[in-house]
Amino acid sequence: MAEQSFVRHGRHRGNFLDRLADGLAHAVDHALEADDLSRRDGLLQRLDPRVKLGGVFGLILVAVFVKSLAVLAALFWLAVGLAAVSRVGPWRLARQVWIGVLAFTGLIALPAVFLVPGDVLFNLPVLSWPVTLQGVRSAAFLLGRSETAATYALLLVLTTSWPHLLKAMRAFRVPTVLIVIFGLTHRYVFVFLRVATQMLEARRSRLVGPLAPRDRRRLATATAGVLLTRAFDMSTEVHLAMVSRGYRGEPRLLDEFRMRPLDWAAVAGSIAVAAMALWWQA
Amino acid sequence: MHIPDGYLSPSTCAVAYAAAVPFWYVALKRVQRLLQSRLVPVLAVVSAFCFVIMMFNLPIPGGTTAHAVGIGVAVVVLGPSAAILAISIALMIQALFFGDGGVTTYGANCLNMAIVGPLVAYVCYRLIAARAPIEAPRRVVGAAIAGYVGINAAALLAALEFGIQPLLFHDAGGAPLYAPYPLSVAVPAMMLAHLTMAGAAEAIITGGVVAYLQRANPDLLRSTAITSDVSPDLPAARGWYGVRQLWIGVGALMVLSPLGLIAAGIAWGEWGAEDFQDPAVRAQIAHASSNVAPPAHVPQGLAHLSTIWHAPMPNYVPAFMQSANLGYILSAVVGTGLIVLVLSGLSWLLGRRPPSGAGQA
Repeated sequence: MAEQSFVRHGRHRGNFLDRLADGLAHAVDHALEADDLSRRDGLLQRLDPRVKLGGVFGLILVAVFVKSLAVLAALFWLAVGLAAVSRVGPWRLARQVWIGVLAFTGLIALPAVFLVPGDVLFNLPVLSWPVTLQGVRSAAFLLGRSETAATYALLLVLTTSWPHLLKAMRAFRVPTVLIVIFGLTHRYVFVFLRVATQMLEARRSRLVGPLAPRDRRRLATATAGVLLTRAFDMSTEVHLAMVSRGYRGEPRLLDEFRMRPLDWAAVAGSIAVAAMALWWQA
Repeated sequence: MHIPDGYLSPSTCAVAYAAAVPFWYVALKRVQRLLQSRLVPVLAVVSAFCFVIMMFNLPIPGGTTAHAVGIGVAVVVLGPSAAILAISIALMIQALFFGDGGVTTYGANCLNMAIVGPLVAYVCYRLIAARAPIEAPRRVVGAAIAGYVGINAAALLAALEFGIQPLLFHDAGGAPLYAPYPLSVAVPAMMLAHLTMAGAAEAIITGGVVAYLQRANPDLLRSTAITSDVSPDLPAARGWYGVRQLWIGVGALMVLSPLGLIAAGIAWGEWGAEDFQDPAVRAQIAHASSNVAPPAHVPQGLAHLSTIWHAPMPNYVPAFMQSANLGYILSAVVGTGLIVLVLSGLSWLLGRRPPSGAGQA
């Protein structure tokens, strides 16, 4: 079973190389689409990245914290509303979050309806399994929290460019060295994805028939080994390139964010929503 | 394996973050000292590699495929400190940018897959590979077993985190607020998948990459290998000095061991035969078991088994100790001492045999 992710998983068609190449291509697609959406003119795109980061993390935390299904539903619809005014359509949310979460968490949550002991609501017609109130509530909590938190997390990524998101972390005292590493890692993830895709493409173009399972395993592990060797070579090249540009082990970042009235309003809004959610359940 | 948001309570997430922070700190300091100005590019590029490895869907025996996590590969090539950081960074990018794993559960995911899994895998690899030469098949077997055991250790920890949720967090009506399955369901469900498919994928990628590197780039395997020509830079070659931070950490954990006494009630599933007779403890058991009353009498099997072995230090407090806190600390010291003794014995036994092919180089 594939884990839940913003990236579409392979459709399990074609051979091993096709599926691997598909998975790599979907990751690149997600990054390109996220970059495109973050440039659009919407409410969340206009907000200061620091406000978005703090606000979204706060709302995810509230979604995990609340003990009321009604409050959880309200938080979910707030996320849908924010997406609508940020030019992120419901189809995209459904494709990247809702369907994936439903397929993964929904499948995990479903047996809870029968397995959690409690007040029996009714019995299944043929199997006579008892459906309990506590089971239904616990499945709804798990699914609701997962859907809501993942929707907020996707909104943050789709409406904020990765460099801005990283720079916003400085406001939360994340060490600069880590922010630079996160930025470089993100960049080299795509470099390696491209390298891996090219290696697999080169191999695929030389295949005249299906590979035996043993050869497929050998191909996958050898690809990983080559990537690892290239990673070490590349790290030396990147280091030399950084040193040649004046890097002495102390990364520096420019900080040009400025808070505007809309940002302050968003801060107040986030705090108000969090306070109301916690007050409601109290 | 990547736990999404909503599966663990905020307090569990906070504990996981708190447990992970010391490992991150020590690992960062050690790697920073080793790499200095190369820290940023090396960690970034290696983390990117770990990320890409996590996307590999491997064909496993039986005709199906499974994802590897890359725990074994990272720890065998990089060593524990760099592996902790590289996998944590890869998990961060996965959680934040790709939605693989939650934001609140990031600490727990790191604790499972970036800290406990790699550390267990590292111990396995070092114990099995011992002082074998770099090109020895024993290293491939050691790496494969290390990957298998590492991912299963991570999965077991994740299952325990899931399993304690319904015991600790439910609403007034008894509905679990987070992961709904108790340990009796969560542990078998997780372990079934990881002892078979995911474990096999991890063993294949770790063993396969080590076999490939033995042929193509054996130098990459030297940083974590103790062979007959021990490098003076390796922590294991520097005795007490190299691992003193680990010992300090173990010492601090020993002193903190009485913290368990603060927890109210009795640990779920750790009931003794006498606990079934005590009405107060029976009420606690029922409360912690979703109001399912314990059996009226001591279960026969438990009554029988409890007479077979009497612990030398029952409840972690030796009979001669008046203070429970001091008893806990003494138990921690004795337990750690026994583990160190057993591991030292194993390491001596495995290291005593001269490696095959020694002396040929």
